[in-house]
Amino acid sequence: MKNIFSKLMMAFASFGLIASAAQAEPLKVGFVYLTNPGDHGWTYAHELGRQQLQDHFGDQIITSYVENVPEGPDATRVIRELVAEGNDVIFTTSFGYMEQTLKVSKEYPDVYFDHITGYKRGPNMATGNIRFYEGRYVQGVVAGLTTETNQIGYLAAFPIPEVIQGINAFARGLRSVNKDATIKVIWVNSWYDPVKEADAAKVLIAEGADILAQHTDSPAMLQTAEKAGAKGFGQSSDMHKFAPNAQLFASVNNWGPYYISQVQKVIDGNWSTGEGPDHWAGNTWKGIGDDFLVLTDFKNMPADVAAKAAAARDGIGNGSLNIFEGPMMDNAGNVILKDGEVLDDGGLWSMNYYVEGVEGNIPN
Amino acid sequence: MFDDLLLTVLLTSIPLILAATGELVAEKSGVLNLGVEGMMLMGAVSAFGFASLTGNPYVGILGGGLAGMMVAMVFAVFVLGLATNQVATGLALTIFGTGLSGLIGAPLVGQAIDGLSALYLPILSDLPLVGVLFRLDALAYLAMIIVAVVSYVLNKTKAGLILRAVGVNHDSAHALGYRVLQVRFLAVCFGGFMAGLGGAYLPLVLTPHWAEGMTSGRGWIALALVVFASWRPGRVIIGAILFGGVTILQLVAQARGWGVPSQFLSMMPYFATIIVLVLISSRGRIQFGAPAHLGKNFMATR
Repeated sequence: MKNIFSKLMMAFASFGLIASAAQAEPLKVGFVYLTNPGDHGWTYAHELGRQQLQDHFGDQIITSYVENVPEGPDATRVIRELVAEGNDVIFTTSFGYMEQTLKVSKEYPDVYFDHITGYKRGPNMATGNIRFYEGRYVQGVVAGLTTETNQIGYLAAFPIPEVIQGINAFARGLRSVNKDATIKVIWVNSWYDPVKEADAAKVLIAEGADILAQHTDSPAMLQTAEKAGAKGFGQSSDMHKFAPNAQLFASVNNWGPYYISQVQKVIDGNWSTGEGPDHWAGNTWKGIGDDFLVLTDFKNMPADVAAKAAAARDGIGNGSLNIFEGPMMDNAGNVILKDGEVLDDGGLWSMNYYVEGVEGNIPN
Repeated sequence: MFDDLLLTVLLTSIPLILAATGELVAEKSGVLNLGVEGMMLMGAVSAFGFASLTGNPYVGILGGGLAGMMVAMVFAVFVLGLATNQVATGLALTIFGTGLSGLIGAPLVGQAIDGLSALYLPILSDLPLVGVLFRLDALAYLAMIIVAVVSYVLNKTKAGLILRAVGVNHDSAHALGYRVLQVRFLAVCFGGFMAGLGGAYLPLVLTPHWAEGMTSGRGWIALALVVFASWRPGRVIIGAILFGGVTILQLVAQARGWGVPSQFLSMMPYFATIIVLVLISSRGRIQFGAPAHLGKNFMATR
């Protein structure tokens, strides 16, 4: 008899627990990762963002992620599974998930989707991106002031606007302090191929470059630079432990503020991508000024160079320095911007030219 | 400057030479192992792990080779013991090796090690042009020595003759009293060991960190090289340097702005393989050099 009573008590107690849990049911947030987060590079930066998000909201949300998701039809299945697991917000963290995210977002209008670096949106699908090129301008300034050979090597993944923006911003920074320096670009045709990146870095150094920049993801370039006595910049996350003497600084992608603001909007009930076919209001593109892009400490360079780099960083951050402001010419001598003209975001996304200071032509 | 480029070409070709030589021996015995990519990745992750754990890259070399050999043994158990289809089992081995290396390597991501350093041979390394041949690291020298030994053993010794006999006609070899499966087992193990060494070269020399799938297709190129070399060890070296040379050439062409589309140059090694295949095969199967019983399973009938 006593036994039954205690069981009954327990049943009531657990019922009470369930009821209280239902009142403040945590929001579920899912992430799709391109690779294993590891501890450097693109996906690692997203993982740090997820951790910031979790820390910020604590018990209010539950986050989870799926790693190693290929950019292709498989992603559709993964995104659907995240929906099935009850996620209310889903962040897909690579450009190649754009079509898949759009497709699934139409199937589940009650779930909020957020695609990183894409340009397609919908009533329940927003896009977020970082003005990566801002950090590259500062890299250019540092490179221009520290190079002795006046030759800069640049490893690039694919000739898409985001990468070309970066090369051009770098060249603007470079030429703002050093009119004689030029950039040699090597297209690796991959985001992540450590051996090929190392090979390309070796070739650039053999061809006379003493400062290397990269728009690929592995630390191979910096390791090669470290070994050869050259210098370079880290990509996406701090890579100083791979190259303690070679890394001048790294531009770190800081996704936390974006994730937090997007989830806050869902909690507050004012998440929206606006009206119209483009749902343009659902796009967020911010940089140094909003801490979306953070530059690590300036190291392995003289103090006056670090001071100029800091000045450029702060100028971009407070808006007093505009990277793409006329006069600006392409590397064939055609005028792109007249004195005082400023390139708008549309102009940034349609860049199909190299600015002054970059050698060669963009492959088509 | 030219020396530096030449050295880069050599370094790029070493993993190919190692893996292709191992595969060549396995194929000479009649076993086609398409799992080179997987074995290389296992070699790479183990080499990095051992080097990171012990702080000694030479331990890494051994660890890489042994790891490659261990997965090759799994392959051998299926193909030789259970007579499974070699192509399917080899492909499975690649997938298995890719996955397992990623799993083992997860805690290693982001670590850095001191790789193998170059050992300059006195006087020889100062020679113009050929000097670069003597500015390599221990594993690269080892690769050269192994190729020479393999070439000698295959062509000049009785053991080599038996191995080739098993590959050309396993029934005849069996009838003559040779242990076909035993020979093949050893050949497959050797192939695995060499693929492991090839994989080990990536994190120990080329780029001293571990990254999932870091071989990015070099195992497949090694497979193509064996055909390209028409199953002759010396030609493996020529082929590997050619492949490495074109890889580096396309990077140089870009850096110097030669205006040749990089995709075109990237395609060249594969294109060259096809041309060579056509040329060789048009002269008949014997000159082609493919072991007649390559890819065929052996079951003792008596």
